[in-house]
Amino acid sequence: MDLDAKIPEGPIADKWTRHIDEIRLVGPRNRSHYRVIIVGSGLAGASAASSMAAMGYKVDCFCFQDSPRRAHSIAAQGGINAAKNYRNDGDSIHRLFYDTQKGGDFRSREANVWRLAELSTAIIDQAAAQGVPFAREYGGMLANRSFGGVLVERTFYCRGETGQQLLLGANSALAKEIAAGHVNMHTRTELLDIVVVEGRARGIVVRDLVTGAISSHAADAVVLASGGYTNVFNLSTNARGCNVTATWRAHKRGAGFANPCYVQIHPTAIPAAGEHQSKLTLMSESLRNDGRIWVPKKSGDERKPSEIPEEERYYYLEERYPRFGNLVPRDVASRNAKDVCDKGMGVGPTGQGVYLDFRDAISEKGAEVIETRYGNLFDMYERIASDNPRETPMRIFPAPHYAMGGLWVDYNLMTTMPGLFAIGEANFSDHGANRLGASSMMQCLADGYFVIPITIGDYLSRHPSSEIGADHSAFRDAEKEVHERTERLLAIPGNQPVEVFHRELGKLMIDECGISRNAEGLQDALKKIPELRDRFWREVRVPGSGGQFNQSLEHAGRLADFLEFAELMCHDALDRDESCGCHFRDEHQTEDGETLRNDEDFAFVSVWEHRGVGEQPIRHKEPLKFEALPLAQRNYKT
Amino acid sequence: MKFKLEIWRQQNGQDTGAFVTHEVDDVSPDTSFLEMLDILNENLTQTGGEPIAFDSDCREGICGMCSLVINGEAHGPKRATTTCQLYMRHFPDGASITVEPWRSGAFPVVRDLAVDRSAFDRIMRAGGYVTVHSGPKPDPNDVPVNPEISEKALDASTCIGCGACVAACPNGAAMLYTAAKVSHLSLLPQGQPERYERVQKMVNQMEKEGFGSCRNYGECEAQCPKSISIDFIGHMNRELLRATVVEPDDLRGDMKTQ
Repeated sequence: MDLDAKIPEGPIADKWTRHIDEIRLVGPRNRSHYRVIIVGSGLAGASAASSMAAMGYKVDCFCFQDSPRRAHSIAAQGGINAAKNYRNDGDSIHRLFYDTQKGGDFRSREANVWRLAELSTAIIDQAAAQGVPFAREYGGMLANRSFGGVLVERTFYCRGETGQQLLLGANSALAKEIAAGHVNMHTRTELLDIVVVEGRARGIVVRDLVTGAISSHAADAVVLASGGYTNVFNLSTNARGCNVTATWRAHKRGAGFANPCYVQIHPTAIPAAGEHQSKLTLMSESLRNDGRIWVPKKSGDERKPSEIPEEERYYYLEERYPRFGNLVPRDVASRNAKDVCDKGMGVGPTGQGVYLDFRDAISEKGAEVIETRYGNLFDMYERIASDNPRETPMRIFPAPHYAMGGLWVDYNLMTTMPGLFAIGEANFSDHGANRLGASSMMQCLADGYFVIPITIGDYLSRHPSSEIGADHSAFRDAEKEVHERTERLLAIPGNQPVEVFHRELGKLMIDECGISRNAEGLQDALKKIPELRDRFWREVRVPGSGGQFNQSLEHAGRLADFLEFAELMCHDALDRDESCGCHFRDEHQTEDGETLRNDEDFAFVSVWEHRGVGEQPIRHKEPLKFEALPLAQRNYKT
Repeated sequence: MKFKLEIWRQQNGQDTGAFVTHEVDDVSPDTSFLEMLDILNENLTQTGGEPIAFDSDCREGICGMCSLVINGEAHGPKRATTTCQLYMRHFPDGASITVEPWRSGAFPVVRDLAVDRSAFDRIMRAGGYVTVHSGPKPDPNDVPVNPEISEKALDASTCIGCGACVAACPNGAAMLYTAAKVSHLSLLPQGQPERYERVQKMVNQMEKEGFGSCRNYGECEAQCPKSISIDFIGHMNRELLRATVVEPDDLRGDMKTQ
């Protein structure tokens, strides 16, 4: 597997500019000869599709939702980072780079992280120009808030719905290009395979979710912007439809999958209430700016939180991490919450919860200030948990939230399969072993608005356009496989609904490959996953036919992929015999219970090659170099 | 808790469809409405039936994918709430509940409770954007925006595009949706150059899609899960009136692709 990341030469601050200067481009008159497929219409997909279409490329964009505006980027609440230094508090590109590298626990590629920090400011400019109504101060200037893991205020926001507003911005640009005929938008359409001819991605096979029709689409390049795989845990903060199918099918066709074990567990979600709960609702991390996290010191304390006196409260983050307090990075916050709950101090009916308390913030800053900042989040919490956080503390617990792992890509965002690109959460490149808060939207939009529209030219310009059409036999073969798989799912003579297996997989994965992992548990999971997969293929019942709107069939197909993917995740978690970022191996921790990296043996990206379902995959390495920022142990204590 | 559900079942767009009675038992009060339907669907699958098709995705009230007219109200009885965040504790035990898809000619049924809302996207495509290519832009602080104006624009753009306003309106009007979209951009400085052209194009498209007209019933605001104010409808009407008395835009300013 060729893992040359093609990182440009020169000092880190000049790499991107130099790359743009030297890269091959497609000229304006030629762009309309090239067709690009984009799978997904979230922040990454919509920004890439609109940018490339405006440049003149012919674009086909696909999403499984009924409208591109509904992609799950819409649910991002808190904000988006940019090194604008509007607060005059010492922010800079270097500092954002530093925070991202350190937050990612030195498991990301320096050059990519620097580029992300460098492009961050342009994203805010772009979004504001589209009419994204960012929060403003009285003088009309943009407002900022701070987020976990950093010492500056650099997060831009629109109340608690920054994701929706940024996505509406990207989507309005997309809408214009659709209206102009530059983008063919295919809604309620799901990718089911990637078509490869002579080692290069040439198009995709999709299913129309309304009619069930299977069809082929050929293109000169395929861009996956299909998001993350956190629904492998069943209960997560992801939308129900989020899935691994596009990236997994690409992997099975030859694209290397990088760092699948890196999954972020978000510290502030509303705890699960029962077995049939369909998702965990995230409470924005921004709440940690003003909320104080605590548990009763006495295990099994059944008093109401308001009745527990100050001295009997354990503000564990403030005590353990005096410098960052409640704003420690996400993985540290999650692990500590699990730790106090494991020690019996957890609250709520399941004992899997901690308090997030606004009492002090309200008395210090006034109810009105807190209401402006978090009013809609409080309302949302009250709707779900039927408690009012203005009067009683919220209960929160960590929930799987974001996948740092994804398809391996080089500096141009191309996967190991020529012609296949991955952007946004679908790739692995910028967040290392842990993503900083308010960085996901930044990465999606940097990739979509500013990187891929340029770097894709380097690939396209090397190949003549429209070499292979959808009438090529490879498309017929792929379609046939898709048909056969659909028929196979529908023919299983079982009687169990798909959800039963998804819940079982989720439980197994959160127990053995969740907040903390160990070799024994992972080996056990590697035995149980194939068994569960076999049972699924024997005992599931997928009602209805393939020729209609059939949500059970959609879910079954996605779960079948998760059942294969889960194994790769465990292989990777087992293989990475160190702790780093969100990947916490019980065997490797400091005396304080912090992650203990092993830089000597594991300072690399794990890139996996598929060898067949149930076969041991092959792990390749992309060594990580630390030139701009020397390796350092992460320390949020002093 | 136990519920008797009268649910609209319809195979596809060509089918006439009818109400079918389903029962669901042993539901915890902390189950959301959609989770209750999930449970019913699992039961139907296990007993050889066909599950009920309905749209949902984020299940946290922001994607706008979920719908359902519940006991005659869009998104059910609780104000400022999407169906995915409606909990069974809001219904009495043993209740009969009627569940229908959005009722509007402009939103054809796909199957059972799922409808096609692409008409909304076409309204957006008619002009719901600021023409701006990706690339270097002026610093946003070069264009100060009064925070009150910015907040008001956000009050409008908080619309999740679910279609409840249409389903709630006795006339099936899409005025609240279109007004929210028009107002968002017309309030902000970035939206000024295309302001009048935008409102005309979007209202024309809205009418072309076959939505009804506004009679000021106010049901849209009452049933909007984001409580978007009908003041925006007034705002849009004023914009439209202004647009009819200004000179038409000179479209030579449109940057063309090659």
